Amino acid sequence: MQPTSHAFKQNAHEAIADAKLQQALGFFQFGQAGLAERRRQAVAKLPEFDTLRDSAKAIKDHTLAHLDWYLERFEKNCTEAGGHVHWCRTAEEARQTVLEICRKVGARTVTKGKSMIGEEIAINDYLSENGVVPIETDLGEYIVQIRHEIPSHIIAPAIHLTQKQVEQSFRETHTHLDPARQLAEPRQLLDEARGILRQKFLDADVGITGANFLIAETGTSVIVTNEGNGDLTQLLPKAHIVLASLEKVVPTLEDASTILRVLARSATGQEMSVYTTFSTGPRRAGDLDGPGEYHVILLDNGRSALLGTEFQDILRCIRCGACMNNCPVYASVGGHAYGWVYPGPMGSVLTPALIGVEEAGNLPNASTFCGRCESVCPMRIPLPKMMRHFREQEYERKLSPKTVRAGLALWAFLAKRPALYHRLTRLASSILGRLGRRSGSFYNLPLAQGWTGTRDMPAPQGQTFQAMWRARRAG
Amino acid sequence: MAARDQILGGIRRSLHRGVLDGAAAAPLEQRVTTPPRGPIPARTQGLDQGGLVDQFERCANEVAASVTRVARLDDVPEAVASFLAQHNLPADLAMAPDPLLDRIPWDKRPLLRIRKGRSDGRDPVGLSAAFTGIAETATLMLASGPESPSTLNFLPDTHVVVLPAGRIVGPMEDAWAKLRAASPAAKLSGEAMPRTVNFITGPSRTGDIEQKILMGAHGPRRLHIVIVGDERS
Repeated sequence: MQPTSHAFKQNAHEAIADAKLQQALGFFQFGQAGLAERRRQAVAKLPEFDTLRDSAKAIKDHTLAHLDWYLERFEKNCTEAGGHVHWCRTAEEARQTVLEICRKVGARTVTKGKSMIGEEIAINDYLSENGVVPIETDLGEYIVQIRHEIPSHIIAPAIHLTQKQVEQSFRETHTHLDPARQLAEPRQLLDEARGILRQKFLDADVGITGANFLIAETGTSVIVTNEGNGDLTQLLPKAHIVLASLEKVVPTLEDASTILRVLARSATGQEMSVYTTFSTGPRRAGDLDGPGEYHVILLDNGRSALLGTEFQDILRCIRCGACMNNCPVYASVGGHAYGWVYPGPMGSVLTPALIGVEEAGNLPNASTFCGRCESVCPMRIPLPKMMRHFREQEYERKLSPKTVRAGLALWAFLAKRPALYHRLTRLASSILGRLGRRSGSFYNLPLAQGWTGTRDMPAPQGQTFQAMWRARRAG
Repeated sequence: MAARDQILGGIRRSLHRGVLDGAAAAPLEQRVTTPPRGPIPARTQGLDQGGLVDQFERCANEVAASVTRVARLDDVPEAVASFLAQHNLPADLAMAPDPLLDRIPWDKRPLLRIRKGRSDGRDPVGLSAAFTGIAETATLMLASGPESPSTLNFLPDTHVVVLPAGRIVGPMEDAWAKLRAASPAAKLSGEAMPRTVNFITGPSRTGDIEQKILMGAHGPRRLHIVIVGDERS
């Protein structure tokens, strides 16, 4: 998909003005049952949570430092179990490989479990253009697909929509059903989707899922879901295709278990998701069900180049969504404003890392650096630090706007001359203090509309901090 | 092959080193052949078998699964029949051709209509045996195979699982140990690892519409676990 990350400011303005979106984000942010609150409660119930975070981080750090070895071991074991591993450098290679497999088994329809790699390589559009019909089966993904949108959250794709909007989309899409039917209850919406998708599961020729982990020890791919759609997707068709990026591999089943203990708790506040499924190769001799073919797409798409750089830590991400669930910026503008596949704090790092700071430089700037993302991240990824690295890169490559650069240059000039700096701030605060004495604040200030456009600027009172500090030390 | 070599070469270049072999690979080899355990939550530590069963049952209720405990396999038909009757469910079951389930005297409840095999999507109730139950989170572990088709776990509206109390373990790691012990080479690479290992923790659900939790998204609407055995703490 064509990214619109460069237009983040415009996107964000539109998002804030969108009443329906703001209503949906309200449930997300303030509901007692909101994801952030559910996470907090689940963490409080497990005294070992922080110890597990440290172990989970150490597992990923170890794996990334030996990534080539573990990937080769994964490949060996997967192949021994009858699976096929396809190494793909780019999104284009991955798309072509998927299409070839679909063509080989004569696929007309493909069911899909939730996969962010599927979004990253835009597999749905590609399959449709080539005569294969992709059907999303996760309820949120299905809703987003029939609305011709993309997910706005990595674990809750339709979180930007209200129930009313879902009802409207179902009525517009499921035109073969009675127009007078009741759809006012979420239960009725779910049952309608369940009925329609059940037949799609049974009819599909190929099932595509993502992977939460690949396990080197056994050559296994793992998916974690609550609906059971991922299992029906991979279990019933002739072939199962797993879309996975390189950094999904972990050494052993024990390692996956450690990370599973922090994954669901961080994502939805569950101790375990309902279905955690470990798949190894195709149907075996004597099996009564299961796919006849099992393929794993190993996608690089820029990740190997992040190893050994200041951005390597983002490869620990397990896509739980806790960073966005706890982000004040995400909660205000929603996921689509970020303009590509990955929203929120992890997206503000991964997006410029994968598609370039030229396109996505706005994202690491759209942060208050409040640090909540890092404090909830189960893999202890230093998200604000990496956003700062991107800001530095942007400045060094002269990509930031002229006014920002001029402002920073002026500030640097003054900061290097403390005497002048103090004199100027004293002067400015005394003038502003006198001018604003009557109302106590400014409604509008020249050169500071960025501030006063959305809130009043309080008038300075009394002395500057430096003066007070001097007086205190003297006193 | 070009892509494979280029990706692996790129990883090594980024990490400023060559292929890992010999002494450099030995600790990695060790790690995947004798996997070390991470931190194990204290909640199941030090419990006797009866304590594990109680912990399993408590957690199962928290995730909206229902549990019946019976003393012997002979009591299972009665437990299944009354669960189905209580929920007004049809007594048509698709049952896994599992040796444990075969030992149950189903003819004690002749009104249960039982068909053995996989599910084709038309069975209202699926009946399986669990390989083990993980008390830590009330997670059932089912391993696919000729005696255990995975379709039974997902297609029927109601899933009934028979779990011998003696099979219940504490943490996930003990479940893997049990699975390794059951494989001929005591390791799980290649075909020794079952094609599918399902961890199931409660019935299917979704929160995709305004974050309201609804049961029965695509998988079973109900999960009923019959624990067999008289282990008590």
